[in-house]
Amino acid sequence: MTIQFNDETFRDDYTFRNSAEAIRRFPFPFDRDSYMYSVNMEPHKGGREGSPFEKRFDVDEHYVAEMRDRAITLTEDPLRCQSLPHMELAGWDLLDLIMQSKAEDYPDLFSLQRDGNQWHWINRPLGIDQRFTFLDATTLPCGPMEYITRQAQGDFAVLDQREGNLWMDAGMVTSQADWSLDFDIGMNFFEWHAPVPRAAEMGVFQRALKFLLNVQQGSPARRLNWTMTVNPRLDTSPENYHKWGPEKRTITPENVGKKQFLRVELQTFWRLPRSNALAFPIRCYLISLEDLVTVPKWGRRLHRVLRDLPEDLAAYKGFAVNRPMIVDYLARFDDGAETSPGIFAD
Amino acid sequence: MTARQLRVAAVEPLTPLVTRFRFECPEGGSLPLFSGGAHVVVEMPDDGVLRRNAYSLISDPMDGSGYDIAVRREDAGRGGSRFMHTRVAVGDLLRIGAPVNLFALDLTARKHVLIAGGIGITPFVSQLKQLQRLQLPFELHYAARSRAEAAGLRLLPDLPQVHLHLSGEGKRIDPAVILQGQPLGTHVYTCGPQALIDRVAEVAAQKGWPRAALHAEAFLAPPTGAPFTVTLARSGLKIEVSPHQSLLEAIEAAGVDAPWLCRGGACGQCETEVIACHGRIDHHDHWLSDSDHAANTKIMPCVSRFQGAELILDR
Ligand code: FES
Repeated sequence: MTIQFNDETFRDDYTFRNSAEAIRRFPFPFDRDSYMYSVNMEPHKGGREGSPFEKRFDVDEHYVAEMRDRAITLTEDPLRCQSLPHMELAGWDLLDLIMQSKAEDYPDLFSLQRDGNQWHWINRPLGIDQRFTFLDATTLPCGPMEYITRQAQGDFAVLDQREGNLWMDAGMVTSQADWSLDFDIGMNFFEWHAPVPRAAEMGVFQRALKFLLNVQQGSPARRLNWTMTVNPRLDTSPENYHKWGPEKRTITPENVGKKQFLRVELQTFWRLPRSNALAFPIRCYLISLEDLVTVPKWGRRLHRVLRDLPEDLAAYKGFAVNRPMIVDYLARFDDGAETSPGIFAD
Repeated sequence: MTARQLRVAAVEPLTPLVTRFRFECPEGGSLPLFSGGAHVVVEMPDDGVLRRNAYSLISDPMDGSGYDIAVRREDAGRGGSRFMHTRVAVGDLLRIGAPVNLFALDLTARKHVLIAGGIGITPFVSQLKQLQRLQLPFELHYAARSRAEAAGLRLLPDLPQVHLHLSGEGKRIDPAVILQGQPLGTHVYTCGPQALIDRVAEVAAQKGWPRAALHAEAFLAPPTGAPFTVTLARSGLKIEVSPHQSLLEAIEAAGVDAPWLCRGGACGQCETEVIACHGRIDHHDHWLSDSDHAANTKIMPCVSRFQGAELILDR
């Protein structure tokens, strides 16, 4: 399969678009007509052909444009990429994992040749041809984690494991759903999750941490998370709230279908071999309501989920102000028919 | 648990009691790399009983051509080490799990002090290789009774940072001396008999070391004991645990899926709710708190046993 990469933007004029194929393969996150916060982990060992779960690191039509958007964000704010000194080995682990996975899963797009520690990496979509010495950072234009995550869609948190906890000690975060690497760097699992409502009482975090500490080499895990974003904007960071926050107020009953996006995160969890760190890629997928309702099952279901969501969760996910307009819009696509189980389109 | 079948490529006695085993891919090819202090679980089909024992990897973490372990023969144990010593030969195929690290180096440390007692040297062999490669400051102290019994002598590099303490030659290891004058930010790792681990913890506490700077791996093999009966409520089964079997092994033998990771009472993954307990649980784990132990509402089936009339678990 060859991918036609979109020429599109995630800011200013927002020319981002989903092709019919991208809509069809969208990772719709709700497997039933209601939503409850849960850990909902499953093994990340492939999935339905053509779906974003099939490959270890999904590459889609937005790849080139997303990497361009990341570069813009990093130029404006280099602190979106940080790695504490003890995390360099984990950075190499991540580079190794992504390069090997991409070269094996997309041989037409990427290639990796290894001769001992002499590596040769070719990234055709981005026009990169790099020879370097593995484990020698001076042979790359930047640190290993930054190097590879400038070439991989999604945000990346790299978590050190010690004291029976996980620590956010490195990351590349330019498309986050309103959290800040600069704020969270060096924090442990409980500290960086502190603001989630309700879940803490449910003991969800204790269980989630126990699960993550148990993630083993060769057995990655995944889960989906979601929120709502106005405009197809990747960089919805607290640092830039002044830029995107006011856009929430631009939603009208006329434009809600075009401007309101469901934002889905495909989170995966990987044990890294040499460092014992945990890589936590957070891949973001965006779809406008207008595109989403072209799949009748999704239109019906999203209507029911958002209509019945507790107010505090809507507020936490940042769309409480626009909820009535969103629900009114989606109601037009919900004829009350039953929906089939599972997340995939019928 | 992702286990793969590996071929025994070498069996080499290091001392009268300790033997090194090397495993390689039967088809050639390379195995997943690992970090210093990692272990693998070896599956041993021992006359109808499937044992799974964890052994520290002693090969180079950056070398995927094979995995080496060192096994000390414990004649009083459940039989896992005896199986390795008497039944395993070059060319045999055994199932080995992916490397897991529950005794990793804390790379935020300024300096690493490693203290080993006896066969507790094994996790440090790979840690040492990682420390050398990362060029981090360290020292290693290895306590053994005599040169003849010190399997580690064959595994350790000849470096000024490696110190040998042979009690048979009157040089008993003294943690107080070792921790004396270490720079701020030093982490200490202990592996060996419980008494050694406790002594290091005691000295560190006296000196006011932060708890996060202390790491220990007790070599905890599931103890043997009198047979007992357990009811697994969710599965609707009543099972017998034999003297040389752990409760976890008995649960697995009954075909019930139960979580585990270390199989040595340390990681917490096998924690199981106790629904009813008429009798006494012999808690052998390092995971549950003292109050949990007293309450008898939880059990770690990888190491703990039971005596009494009835034990019902939520499994
Ligand atoms: S398996 Fe680790 S405590 Fe039981």
